[in-house]
Amino acid sequence: MGKPIKIRAKIKGDIAEVKALMPHPMESGARIDADTGEPVPKHYIQEVICKHNGNIVNTAYWGTAVSKNPYMSFKFKGAKSGDKLEISWKDNTGDSSVSEIAFK
Amino acid sequence: MKLQRRALIKGLFTAAAVLAVPRWLFAARPDAAFDADSAEGVLGDLFDGPITESDQVMLKIPDIAENGAVVPVTVSTGLADVESISVVVLNNPTPLAALFEMSPQSVPDISVRIKMGESSAVQAIVKAGGKLYSSSKEVKVTIGGCGG
Repeated sequence: MGKPIKIRAKIKGDIAEVKALMPHPMESGARIDADTGEPVPKHYIQEVICKHNGNIVNTAYWGTAVSKNPYMSFKFKGAKSGDKLEISWKDNTGDSSVSEIAFK
Repeated sequence: MKLQRRALIKGLFTAAAVLAVPRWLFAARPDAAFDADSAEGVLGDLFDGPITESDQVMLKIPDIAENGAVVPVTVSTGLADVESISVVVLNNPTPLAALFEMSPQSVPDISVRIKMGESSAVQAIVKAGGKLYSSSKEVKVTIGGCGG
């Protein structure tokens, strides 16, 4: 199981603004380990799914070029106080993480 | 004999169901596009049809990135019926960095931080109403963010 996702969300008028931080090494496979001289194997998040009360509101597909400890933000309509927001990711090794918050 | 025919009919129905899914709905990560090592490969795998430069696609990215390992990108658009937003770094070993699939609830305004190996043009591609629109910007990288 991956590390928990840090989620910050607020509702402005009708629009929910969501910011998420996912602790993850995001190894592209191009970096060389200074000690062994060997390339560090690819290890990166491929898919991030964001759900509002169970409905998918945003899906992010990523390649190796997303920075270490990825940060993303997105917006969607129709959220209100008390609604649930779930964000989950899956990486290329089959590891995953899921976190949930409720809108204030 | 009868069993074979049943299997065949079932197979045909499955194929029809797969084909009926709208093209823009990826439903799964487009792995080939993410593995493509040229921008042409990415675009060919991901999209069909011409891409129009549009001032309705707002790409916010620094002109000079001091650290190529962390380059903040924001893409938003005033276009309606947005289906997806993609970020392509033309000179990266695999140019497709990220693809965000929108939903009917989405407000098309996303941010993400990306790695850039060297100075490059960065292109934001928005698919809206079945058409493709883009905006590009040259970004100068002083320290690359791909290798060690």
